[in-house]
Amino acid sequence: MLADQRIETLTRHPAEVVVPQKGRSLWMDAGRRFMRNRAALASLIVLLCVVAFTFIGPFFARWSIEKIDWTVVGSVLAKGFPSIETGHFFGTDEVGRDLYSRVIQGTQVSLMVGIVGSTIAVIVGTIYGAIAGYFGGRLDSIMMRLVDIIYSIPYMFILILLLIIFGRSFIMLFVGIGLVSWLGMSRVVRGQTLTLKNREFVEAAIATGATPLTVIFRHIVPNLLGIVAIYATLLIPEMILLESFISFLGLGVQEPNTSLGALISEGARTMQYGTIWQLLFPLAFFVVILFTFFFVGDGLRDALDPKDR
Amino acid sequence: MAPVLTVKDLNVRFALHHSTVTAVNDLNFTLEAGETLAVVGESGSGKSQAFMSLMGLLAKNGTVTGEALMGDVNLLALSKPALNEYRGRDIAMIFQDPMTSLNPALRIKTQLAEVLVRHKGQDQKTAERHAVEMLERVGIPEPAKRAESYPHQMSGGMRQRVMIAMALLCQPKILIADEPTTALDVTVQAQMLDLFRTLTNDFGTSLVMITHDLGVVAGIADRMMVMYAGRSVEKGTVDELFYDPRHPYTLGLLTSTPHVEERSRRLNPITGSPPNIEHLPRGCSFHPRCAFRFERCFAEVPPLRELENGRAKACHYEDKLVYEESAA
Amino acid sequence: MIQFILRRLAVAIPTLLVLIVISFILMKVAPGNPFAGERTVPQAVLDNILARYGLDKPEWQQLVEYVYNVVFRLDFGPSFQYRDRTVNEIIGQGFPVTFTYGAWAFVFATLIGVSLGIVAAVRQNSWLDYLAVGFTVGAQVIPNFVIAPILVLVFTLWLRWLPGGGWNGGHWSNVIMPVIALSTSYLANIARITRSSMLEVLSSNYIRTARAKGLPSYQVIFGHALRPALLPVVSYLGPVFVGMVTGSVVIDLYFSTGGIGQAFVNSALNRDYSTILGITILLGALTITANLVVDILYAWIDPKIQL
Repeated sequence: MLADQRIETLTRHPAEVVVPQKGRSLWMDAGRRFMRNRAALASLIVLLCVVAFTFIGPFFARWSIEKIDWTVVGSVLAKGFPSIETGHFFGTDEVGRDLYSRVIQGTQVSLMVGIVGSTIAVIVGTIYGAIAGYFGGRLDSIMMRLVDIIYSIPYMFILILLLIIFGRSFIMLFVGIGLVSWLGMSRVVRGQTLTLKNREFVEAAIATGATPLTVIFRHIVPNLLGIVAIYATLLIPEMILLESFISFLGLGVQEPNTSLGALISEGARTMQYGTIWQLLFPLAFFVVILFTFFFVGDGLRDALDPKDR
Repeated sequence: MAPVLTVKDLNVRFALHHSTVTAVNDLNFTLEAGETLAVVGESGSGKSQAFMSLMGLLAKNGTVTGEALMGDVNLLALSKPALNEYRGRDIAMIFQDPMTSLNPALRIKTQLAEVLVRHKGQDQKTAERHAVEMLERVGIPEPAKRAESYPHQMSGGMRQRVMIAMALLCQPKILIADEPTTALDVTVQAQMLDLFRTLTNDFGTSLVMITHDLGVVAGIADRMMVMYAGRSVEKGTVDELFYDPRHPYTLGLLTSTPHVEERSRRLNPITGSPPNIEHLPRGCSFHPRCAFRFERCFAEVPPLRELENGRAKACHYEDKLVYEESAA
Repeated sequence: MIQFILRRLAVAIPTLLVLIVISFILMKVAPGNPFAGERTVPQAVLDNILARYGLDKPEWQQLVEYVYNVVFRLDFGPSFQYRDRTVNEIIGQGFPVTFTYGAWAFVFATLIGVSLGIVAAVRQNSWLDYLAVGFTVGAQVIPNFVIAPILVLVFTLWLRWLPGGGWNGGHWSNVIMPVIALSTSYLANIARITRSSMLEVLSSNYIRTARAKGLPSYQVIFGHALRPALLPVVSYLGPVFVGMVTGSVVIDLYFSTGGIGQAFVNSALNRDYSTILGITILLGALTITANLVVDILYAWIDPKIQL
């Protein structure tokens, strides 16, 4: 009788039933939390659509990025507007080149800049920061002092100097971005390493006689992946902004190649003649990419570090 | 003599995403002038939230209903500015964690003096002088020098003394201490309890000691109230409850506390874990963990019933509580 | 305090020297010299020119002399491009302009940003908060070189209220748009940082203590919460400064304000190395100084940092 009632109460209050917790990894947990964050999920989907578009889009293009449509030259405002008939889905730029193709290419370049920049940051910054944080002491203070010094140099001017002196090229652009992108990452990673290295599992690893490198790469770095992923995601839009700034100055990738920053600055210059689509299309892509990266980064942060709100 | 504080039908609820939880459920009690009332319970029993609500310190999603009469003033009906006249002056509170309860950016004397400036209308100079005097009273060495320092320059015990000094500056009628010794070392705990006893005596302040530590209760309290899952389950004097507990939960608390003099005795911990207040069991909230439950406990919430000489309990079980060894 | 500043200077001065040396070496390894375009000039004349700029001396000597002149005489030497002007003159012309709108932008971003952040935090989840959050999210992804043309489009081309460019001796109507374009994204970031740090502080234990004392709301917010809440904002001011210095290039180019950014880009495009070098060093020194000021300010706000 008592037992029956007990079972009844239990079934009526399922929350009380203690289900043995199945082992769930941190990442699966985080994935679930991320999926529940609607803004982040929607952003991720939009972002994937944009990426897919840069791959699929070119198959529908009727003009190349450098072919000049002589029928619109001289009367871009009247004939170069977005139209399906002429094949210029996004209109043409000031000299009669197809904006659709150019926006796709610009998006690819901007995304690549972001990804390359943040990859460099992940690799260099993680290794640098983990080593500084793990060994500590003198090495740490020298390494971090160096970061401080590079940080306090107005790197944009050095970057401009580099681009002027060694000429504009993709390689130079990536080198320049890579030079600065890892600084913040190394600080974040160092800070995390400092707290991790006193945790029991690290001490246990050291006690078993693991070499410092093993400890760093087998025990510490895997535990940093969360924060590294967050930071890398948030770094991508920053790198895109940086590139667009350089392009605005006319120092980015070389014609006929283009990037969103270059397209926006062209569009901004010609806006006053009424050809506003030359600004709007690249700007829309730019803003959407930055927004979605920000939201995805935020979502990742909330998902991986739920207490930090 | 009229009690300094009468709380009637106090309910505290928190709005969550899709539901509301009741953290404090129909709480009634009185606090007499000069007495020390211990409020005992596990974490999550609503003991802190009940008193936070009196101070107007609930989180934003919290609401409170009921009455809390201090004299003829109902604290719960006051507007925020009106409540600000009373809190800090007539009713003060000390919190659990002295390490984070003082503002790290302000000097000790600033944090103390502003209370006097606010409530007694003293000028800054006078207020700071009184602040130093009070620091001396709570046993801080070199009070004048200490007053100039920042919180991070002091130990946890020192900071808790500062908190006590701050709370007693206006000689309040009521002092609520929310687990004031939990975060401190045992030796410091004893000093702190001593301090509470002396000062509340000197100022005639009634003390509410919120704690889960029966040792603290035994050391300082006159009466105690045991709370479980947002309700008060047993009330009475400390002696009565310690030597003749009537509620199985009170008994459980007592038998799960180790005693120095009875080292050989086996402890009888309460089985199970505190209930999730989002999904309370039906009937008596304690029944899943209770060794004395019977049918009624599954269906009916036991009301708090008055027993002889001011005692009260909320339990259907009427016989004397005798622990069988097998129950553990 | 003095020890703290000295310790900071011990880092700042080497940094600056490193900056000078790196920039100088970069310049030297750059292919082509500034006079490469003048092949028709007879060798004797070219030698003459090189001697005038001190370019005939060994390079280490050039470096030493350059560093000496910069550090002890604040002299950046002659411009390689404009024969009759020194770098100091070029900087002297552009700097006041940049300083004027830059200072306004800095003050504007800080004051409005902090106020907006406080209001949003104190009135959390009100329409004002949502508005502020929406604004901050929007403004941080729209770069200043997009804001500038939009401002011109609206206020110059449509409304015809403000001139679309020029400096005009710093007339207010010429200053407004540069200030807004330069400050918006930083204002947004400052507001966002202030809001989240304020929210965190407001839910802290010591704010609960302040409330329990019966202090009125304004005293809780301004007397107790503001100072600790400003810490992350203060440490963000260093990057704001750097960002604004960098952003001034965009402003100068877009609004033709004639500031130092314009001089930088012009000299960069003309390979006027001495001017580039001079401006880079000047801005580097300013950045380092700004970071020093920020550190001192931080230590002043946070008593835990020993001066």
